[in-house]
Amino acid sequence: MKELHVTPISNGTVIDHITPGRALDVLRIIGITGKGLNSAVSVVMHVPSVDGGWKDIVKVQDRELLPQEVRKITLVAPRITINIIRNYEVAEKYRPATPDEVVGLVRCANPNCITNKEREPVTPRFAVVTRDPVRLRCRYCERELDDVSPHLM
Amino acid sequence: MGELLGRDIVSIHDLDLDEIAHILDVAATMVPAARGQEQRPLLHGRILAELFFEPSTRTRLSFESAMKRLAGQVINFGELSTTSVVKGETLADTVRMVESYSDVIVVRHPQEGAARLAADFTTKPVINGGDGAGQHPTQTLLDLFTITQRKGAIGGINVTIVGDLKYGRTVHSLAVALSRMGASLTFVSPASLAMPTEIVEACRNEYRKGNGGSVRMGSDLESFISAADVLYVTRIQKERFPDPEEYRKVANTYRVDVELLGRAKGSCIVMHPLPRVDEIDPAVDETEHAIYFDQAFNGVPVRMALLALLLGAIP
Ligand SMILES: [Zn+2]
Repeated sequence: MKELHVTPISNGTVIDHITPGRALDVLRIIGITGKGLNSAVSVVMHVPSVDGGWKDIVKVQDRELLPQEVRKITLVAPRITINIIRNYEVAEKYRPATPDEVVGLVRCANPNCITNKEREPVTPRFAVVTRDPVRLRCRYCERELDDVSPHLM
Repeated sequence: MGELLGRDIVSIHDLDLDEIAHILDVAATMVPAARGQEQRPLLHGRILAELFFEPSTRTRLSFESAMKRLAGQVINFGELSTTSVVKGETLADTVRMVESYSDVIVVRHPQEGAARLAADFTTKPVINGGDGAGQHPTQTLLDLFTITQRKGAIGGINVTIVGDLKYGRTVHSLAVALSRMGASLTFVSPASLAMPTEIVEACRNEYRKGNGGSVRMGSDLESFISAADVLYVTRIQKERFPDPEEYRKVANTYRVDVELLGRAKGSCIVMHPLPRVDEIDPAVDETEHAIYFDQAFNGVPVRMALLALLLGAIP
């Protein structure tokens, strides 16, 4: 008998191939905090992936992701696949690419960076140094950032 | 190599090797005028604005001397406490105001990334005069100029950098630039002040391209001294050590004196970005090794070259 990891969803989004341990970051990015939620969310952590490694999966009923949310997720889980489900069928499936430049999604980890100064009219901007694992370099202070998750805006 | 006219010099990484070489070549031609032995009124009628948000007499005087040796003018805030900066004007607004009064802007700021932000808000060329613990590209250029003047070429020589390699503002970009140019590097410091891994890796990446250089690291200066063509000494700051006794021990271990230099090559040059405190014994000043005062002077021809190039007075 095939083991059933999660209940299938009728309509919504399956975020597959999440870097193991990052499912909760993904929930935070898409704003699922457990409060004010009217639809089912399932989270699977640390299951075998076809490539022989491990992965997390997040399924959200009745919800499609905004492009901004997808871009943020690629910064904590660069190998994700997005499956859009309609009427129990995969209506659309794609592997979003990590952008070359990250603008306005992440704050610089350097507290003394000018982008962290109040009132300066500046949007944090990073060059993507490596995609997997994600490593960013601040356009302003040139510091590199390798754990993006705590610094997401 | 790109055109330098109108460019921002925020980070040494903004320049490719040919551009660096060109700046150093032009700097060499500026030496007689920098000494006042020749007139070169290349920037007559041009204005340099100095936006110094923290005091740095050395850098400021060097820029002013450079601009004035080329017959240009300099404007600045005067006393910081009397300007709108203290009243909370943003850097972005200050830059937009100052750009209408000047042709080129030098920014010195306590926060990293400030010069890049300034450059975003003006079409006039911006030179980073030091941003927090970040970049200080004109210091890097004058260090490279000093080595080139004394050693002829940078490829193939050994540069030993000693002291606080962790927080030392100037040594990170200098090390990466030297590795790009094929110098071998030796980093000597107490373990707690070692060169950050990302800088060491950046140097190794350059060497992997096959320019013949390599990197070594250690804490014992005596064991590395005989190989050095250049000994670059940096200040170890007392504030980095919670225990004053520990500071004294470290400071003594890395103090450069005549006895230590007795084991160095006769041609080894000793550099220091200044101001020095105890890291170099004053007796070293009298030896052929000491070139740190020449190095400080070199800030003038290098900044003259940069100003003339950015303002299009020299192609
Ligand atoms: Zn930054």
